[in-house]
Amino acid sequence: MADISAPLTTADGKPLKAALASAQARARRRAFFLVLPLLAFVLLTFVAPIAQMLHRSVHNPGFTTHTDIGSGEKTPIMVNLRAWFKENPPGTEPDEAAYEALVKDLVVLRELKAPGSVGTRINYERAGSRSMFTKAARRAEKLEPPYKEAMLDLDEDWADPELWQVMRGASSAYTFNFYLAALDLARDADGSIVSVDENRQVYVKLFTRTLLLSLLITFLCFLLAYPIAHLLATLPLRHSNLLMIFVLLPFWTSLLVRTTSWIVLLQSQGVVNDTLVATGILDDDSRIQMIYNQTGTIIAMTHILLPFMVLPLYSVMRPINPSYVRAARSLGATSWTAFRRIYFPQTVPGIGAGALLVFILAVGYYITPALVGGANGQLISNLIAFHMTKSLNWSLAAALAAILLGGILVLYWLYDRLVGIDNLKLG
Amino acid sequence: MALPNHASTLERIWHYTYLVICGLIFLFLIAPILVVIPLSFNAEPYFTFTEKMLALDPTGYSTRWYDLLLTFGMDNPDAPRDGSWWADAWANAAWINAAKNSVIIGFFSTILATFLGTLAALGLSRPEMPFRRAIMAILISPMIVPIIITATGLFFFYSMTGLANSYVGIIMAHATLGIPFVIITVTATLVGFDHSLTRAAASLGANPTTTFFKITMPLILPGVISGALFAFVTSFDEVVVVLFVAAHDQQTIPRQMWNGIREQISPAILSVATILVLISIALLTTVELLRRRSERLRGVSPQ
Repeated sequence: MADISAPLTTADGKPLKAALASAQARARRRAFFLVLPLLAFVLLTFVAPIAQMLHRSVHNPGFTTHTDIGSGEKTPIMVNLRAWFKENPPGTEPDEAAYEALVKDLVVLRELKAPGSVGTRINYERAGSRSMFTKAARRAEKLEPPYKEAMLDLDEDWADPELWQVMRGASSAYTFNFYLAALDLARDADGSIVSVDENRQVYVKLFTRTLLLSLLITFLCFLLAYPIAHLLATLPLRHSNLLMIFVLLPFWTSLLVRTTSWIVLLQSQGVVNDTLVATGILDDDSRIQMIYNQTGTIIAMTHILLPFMVLPLYSVMRPINPSYVRAARSLGATSWTAFRRIYFPQTVPGIGAGALLVFILAVGYYITPALVGGANGQLISNLIAFHMTKSLNWSLAAALAAILLGGILVLYWLYDRLVGIDNLKLG
Repeated sequence: MALPNHASTLERIWHYTYLVICGLIFLFLIAPILVVIPLSFNAEPYFTFTEKMLALDPTGYSTRWYDLLLTFGMDNPDAPRDGSWWADAWANAAWINAAKNSVIIGFFSTILATFLGTLAALGLSRPEMPFRRAIMAILISPMIVPIIITATGLFFFYSMTGLANSYVGIIMAHATLGIPFVIITVTATLVGFDHSLTRAAASLGANPTTTFFKITMPLILPGVISGALFAFVTSFDEVVVVLFVAAHDQQTIPRQMWNGIREQISPAILSVATILVLISIALLTTVELLRRRSERLRGVSPQ
């Protein structure tokens, strides 16, 4: 009889425990190596670019380093003025030494052909500064001391404490000022955070509008998806598969095609208005403006996101056993009570999954609002695109994108927690 | 859901109202997609049904907008339509060039996404995969993160690494956007995959490569093809990344449509839209057939 106190071993004498552990480690490694190429690819083409964008939202060297476009050579700029900022605490009245440093730096800028880009950097935070920089740099070489008076002769605005505050902020390449700007905040002359003038507050308003419209669209999707998901789930499979085409075809059709269709349907000379006029419901002069405004965004986005609500609802409703509702009815519940207390609670997981998904997708929507949104149907994504392509304030675009991304990631985490990404289904 | 015999009048009324409501919602879903098809044959440059069209008068219909797709951008569109005319169209027509670009980009990004995605899905569906949840979350995130954020990030990244204005850059970006779809469809096929089949193959002497190609691959192939089709559609329909990182002459079909809608929308857009709708009907049919085949193969019968 074998000695039962001796550890179990494999055929070649290794302890069983160690052999099992190494086999499992091998299996884990093999699984991981299958995933590794893709993980590396996604990290390179997706995570790294976004990380770089986040870095850009807090880092703008426009006032500290000049990069030559041709050679790519980097030169530190505004050296004297930055040294003055370092020696003097915030709120110090700029003295003759400060103006002298500024003029010296402007002379260097002119040699580097950089006044425009430096002025642009300041212009992001204080409108009208770019022309002051280009103008002053053109004359800087001929300026005589006392520099303060000479500069003020060029432009009174050089004494503006706000300008000096902005230059102080920009004198460090790392700054949170773009996040402040993205939240309609700014630093005043002594460096404390205040909200900007009411007529310049656009971003918070747009974030709020994005949230409200997304909530409305999610709710409309729920309202439209619930009845048809229920119908699909209770019909025999033969019929429901056929009807499912109505849900899946839009899902597979190009986004631009669906957006174009809505333009065709809803524009003032479009199919819907023409039908209303032809049937006499509307006068020819009182055609409804349904596109290129908020209404257009809401209608088109509800249509585009509806399948994302129907599919999770359907997959939750299909397995619900009809005998529960029948039992409730046989115990005397009215059909409304049976629905409210028996059927509806069982569909709540599907509602949660669909609503979260639709909301996440709606918050970041860009194409449809850009094409059919007009002026008041734009969402926050459109503003990011505006700063990327038109105003070229890339750091502000990155800061806005970072705030949006933060919100999305919280919702994504919540979705993974509540629903699980594994349960994401596509048709 | 037939109405039981004992239903009250009120329930009957509600039942039929409910069916009408559902019908209207289905109409809302499908009408916008179907309406572009007849309108693309409009003889007039309008976006609405003319009286001739409503009267089904053949003169109200024409294929002039489809013709414009061929001739727009050609050197000599009015020449007789012989071999050299078609060569001109193939080389110069704006929409044909856009289609060529779209197909090239879509093809390579699909190959890349499908290959990497299938490999990763095989790893992810193994029970011993470490950090499964976190890695899955990262790999699915390109679908969740707003496209404008992805495009912004890629714009900075590509202009730094020199990938901007290149096909490689766009293909890599589109592959990234298609990967979540491949992962989702392939892992869905691998759920309920009977691992004793691979063990049986191994016990009969097959090495892992043979097992994979003879046993695993045929079983997951429907999922892989559906995933590939999803990835292709994603690339074929993607416009924002192209707008941000592609060169001006790298036109694709969605970019051309985007420009058309923004600048001056003409019924030519509707004829492109019609062609795209027909493509999506074909793709949907394929995916549906694949799904049924997959269910049959795996013995998952629809209840």
